[in-house]
Amino acid sequence: MNWIDIGHIDDIPLRGARKIKTALGCVALFRTSETEVFAASDTCPHKGGPLSEGIIHGQSITCPLHNWVFDLNTGQANGEDGQIATYPVRIEGDRILIDGAKLVAQSAA
Amino acid sequence: MTQKLVIIGAGMASGRVIETLVETDSDAYDITLFNAEPRGNYNRIMLSPVLCGEKTYEDIVTHDDDWYAQHGVTCRFGEHVVAIDPELKVVEGQNGHVPYDKLVIATGSAPFIIPVPGKDLPGVITYRDLDDTNAMIDAAGEGKRAVVIGGGLLGLEAAAGLAERGMDVTVVHLMGHLMERQLDEAAGYLLRRDLEKRGITIRTQASTKAIIGDGRAEAVLLEGDETLPADLVVMAVGIRPETRLATDAGLDVARGIEVNAQMQTSDPDVFAVGECVEFDGNLFGLVAPLYDQAKVLAHALLDQADAFVVKDVATKLKVTGCDLFSAGDFAEGEGREDIVLRDPSKGIYKRLVIEEDRLVGAVMYGDTADGNWFFQLIKDGTEIDEMRDTLIFGPAYQGGDTSDPLSAVAALPPEAEICGCNGICKGTITDAIANGATDLAAIKATTKASASCGTCTGLVEQVLQVTLGDAFELPTAQPICTCCDLTHEDVRRLIKSQELKSQDAVWQELGWKTRNGCHVCRPAVNFYLLADWPLEYQDDPQSRFVNERKHANIQKDGTFSVVPRMWGGITNPSELRAIADAADKYNVPTVKVTGGQRIDLLGVRGEDLPAIWADLNKAGLVSGHAYSKGLRTVKTCVGTDHCRFGTQDSTGLGIKLEQALWGSWTPHKVKLGVSGCPRNCAEATCKDIGIICVDSGYQVSVAGAAGMDVKETERLCDVTSEQEAIDVTIAFVQLYRENAKYLDRAYKWVAKVGLDWVQERIADLDERARLIQAFELSQSIYRKDPWAEHVQTKAAQYQPMANLTLEAAE
Ligand code: SRM
Ligand SMILES: Cc1cc2nc3c(=O)[nH]c(=O)nc-3n(C[C@H](O)[C@H](O)[C@H](O)COP(=O)(O)OP(=O)(O)OC[C@H]3O[C@@H](n4cnc5c(N)ncnc54)[C@H](O)[C@@H]3O)c2cc1C
Ligand code: SF4
Ligand code: FES
Repeated sequence: MNWIDIGHIDDIPLRGARKIKTALGCVALFRTSETEVFAASDTCPHKGGPLSEGIIHGQSITCPLHNWVFDLNTGQANGEDGQIATYPVRIEGDRILIDGAKLVAQSAA
Repeated sequence: MTQKLVIIGAGMASGRVIETLVETDSDAYDITLFNAEPRGNYNRIMLSPVLCGEKTYEDIVTHDDDWYAQHGVTCRFGEHVVAIDPELKVVEGQNGHVPYDKLVIATGSAPFIIPVPGKDLPGVITYRDLDDTNAMIDAAGEGKRAVVIGGGLLGLEAAAGLAERGMDVTVVHLMGHLMERQLDEAAGYLLRRDLEKRGITIRTQASTKAIIGDGRAEAVLLEGDETLPADLVVMAVGIRPETRLATDAGLDVARGIEVNAQMQTSDPDVFAVGECVEFDGNLFGLVAPLYDQAKVLAHALLDQADAFVVKDVATKLKVTGCDLFSAGDFAEGEGREDIVLRDPSKGIYKRLVIEEDRLVGAVMYGDTADGNWFFQLIKDGTEIDEMRDTLIFGPAYQGGDTSDPLSAVAALPPEAEICGCNGICKGTITDAIANGATDLAAIKATTKASASCGTCTGLVEQVLQVTLGDAFELPTAQPICTCCDLTHEDVRRLIKSQELKSQDAVWQELGWKTRNGCHVCRPAVNFYLLADWPLEYQDDPQSRFVNERKHANIQKDGTFSVVPRMWGGITNPSELRAIADAADKYNVPTVKVTGGQRIDLLGVRGEDLPAIWADLNKAGLVSGHAYSKGLRTVKTCVGTDHCRFGTQDSTGLGIKLEQALWGSWTPHKVKLGVSGCPRNCAEATCKDIGIICVDSGYQVSVAGAAGMDVKETERLCDVTSEQEAIDVTIAFVQLYRENAKYLDRAYKWVAKVGLDWVQERIADLDERARLIQAFELSQSIYRKDPWAEHVQTKAAQYQPMANLTLEAAE
């Protein structure tokens, strides 16, 4: 694991999301409660909707384009055939850390 | 041979060490006990009952003088230890040295003092020991004012105690809800409600800037410059391990004094126990783990094998009437699932957090009887797969679902208003039922409830069902979504009659089955709350669809469109130039004239939104709300200014209307048209509100549509003056805001309540004036440009939070 500090927890509004740019495309960070953040792909497998613009409820995100709902624990879409990649994140004090192992581009893969 | 043991600090942890030592082997050590407080070990936890007068100090003493004498403990109370010399193995007290073979540091914690001006003024008290408690008791008095800074366990116990002593208490808390480390928002809401019921004022998201006063604390100054007068200020914002002696002695200290599993510090002859230690990255603030530590330390001092392990802790609050329980980890981490149970009639909330078939956390409010059972499941890591479905009902579960979909209505007091039009309360309806009105028609006939606009029909039926049981068959009404059992209309009514002013209040009092709703119900609830309580409730952007959250329409490729307002369709060369410049500067691929008489810039990148808005703002252009459930456009024709047929100034009236209505949130979008004569070039007769100017005045018509349905408007009324046309329009919009279901266009809502009813309300001049006043009150908050506001306060959120592709390049 390669934990990268990407910001203060309050940089993401409660029940809101922000995205980060990575070698794999945009990854969205979803803040589901005061102290809980999930990371997953920002791109909806349906028609590419930006998930960080969706509505967060419980531990799920609803895509802003056609309302597919994804469980942020597993990335699985509710009742649809689709899944988004999820990434390990953790919170240390006020800081959000994401596992960069997969996300930072390897120069020679 | 008896060794010399010196203990610094006679608190709850070291007290338990001494007990275990003397019980196991009373001859092993010759003990000297220092304590800075001029007394021995007492039950610090019970200071709150002392503060509120339920107990006295004598009741909470753990070890008295006799006890120490009996066990041969040499007491040096009221004496600070000022230094430790680990080389010479000597402790230096204020009154002289004592050598040791083994040393125990048990200095507990010191209250954290926020570094604001005025923190040292007399009248500012922390809450840690008996002296603090007595100081508060002395300062308290009937009618005097106290401000408690900190809404955690200690702060709230202090607040409740001072309120009990007759003080007027305000709690100032930095975070969004009380006890945020132990409770989730829902339980925090209930706690707040119960404390407010006892007259305690709670201020969340409030930050203290200074304590002011001339020679003594007189007021607390908040960020935002509000002052709260105070005769007493209690600072209870947290604690810090008391590590100064250890640091000076050169021991390893992180946040606390570092110890191993035998409570040994980096010096093998020096041990530490209690809140002053740090073990494996953990700090401790509750006694349960300290007692475990104490036992381990006593064993270590007697060379018996034992090891301290960190266990989950459970929290309770010792304030009578505020029954809460929390244990384990109920927030952080992936792979978790929630089970939520709410019973509004009993004020109960329970939430269990499950991970991989094991219970990992529990939060409860109202009924905490099963708390310890859940806590045991958490500690034991019991597999709960078998009982998952019934787990939340606790160990006494007998079968059958105990949550009742009607419980929100059952819980309503008799004076709760059910029918807003006719002011009919639940009690009146239940009386009518008792007198033989057993169906909806009879209730309508005898009480008038649901006989006007009819939106409360669902609630009246539920009252029938709750009162009559199986004798009344409830028609199946469509609930908002699977998060709750109530219809939109019921929720609206109950928000008004129960004065629910926050999302958490709605979730709890109306028995929501999920933590915070879903993308279907939350936007609706957000609108209902802001429409009914414009001053008390703050709009929540996270409960809005992206378009309304970002004040721009999202496109299918994830870019956005930008539509500035053109009041009544009128523009000028400098506005057009600013739009053209912006289109150039931000590489806007498409510039289109819309069907609403303005210009749409399509394909703007999300990151560029604040910048393009700032540029447009400079030319005086503001948001056109082309994305909102709110006022869109007021389409006008050229009217008397230019047209040979124009009867009144249709363009001018359109602009005035747009300026009055813009920024307001409505159940669905609202579009207006104003035509200068019956030729109707502004297509006014297919709008939500359309005005046709005629020689004798203005024909105001409503409930038209030209989208998925095409429908001609219906005449609301004819008026003679322009001002009256504006008044009637505003009153109609406000009536729609107050009553319609979220996402019903005006024509759908009017079809439900009936045009007659709407006409009656608008014709009633008192009601019209009330509606206008209510609208204006709401507009005092919402009539402003969201673009300008986002440019100033939220621009950063439009940018990616981090760029890890750069990280790789470095
Ligand atoms: C831009 C525009 C088309 C145009 O190029 O002219 C337009 C574009 C959209 N309309 Fe419209 N409507 C536009 C005038 C209309 C009109 C004509 C009018 O207002 O005179 C109508 C019929 C009149 C009416 O509203 O009854 C109209 C009826 C709809 C409807 C159906 C509403 C209904 O209740 O039947 C929707 C869907 C909805 O709102 O749920 C819709 C939704 C949309 C959305 C917002 C679709 C969406 O959710 O993304 C489109 C956004 C485009 C964008 O990104 O900017 N649009 N739309 C017009 C903007 C007017 C403006 O200046 O604000
Ligand atoms: C009002 C209140 C309510 C609480 N309620 C609860 C509750 O409901 N549940 C719960 O589990 N916990 C509760 N706690 C916390 C609990 O009291 C503490 O966790 C516990 O007392 C810590 O024990 P300790 O021995 O580490 O420190 P303490 O009990 O604080 O003892 C430390 C002692 O060391 C002395 N000392 C410090 N420095 C020196 C020095 N240099 N020389 C000599 N002596 C020194 C101090 O004067 C103090 O007497 C509460 C605390 C307070 C203040
Ligand atoms: S008519 Fe349909 S496709 Fe055209 S702008 Fe309106 S919503 Fe979009
Ligand atoms: S693109 Fe996400 S639901 Fe269609």
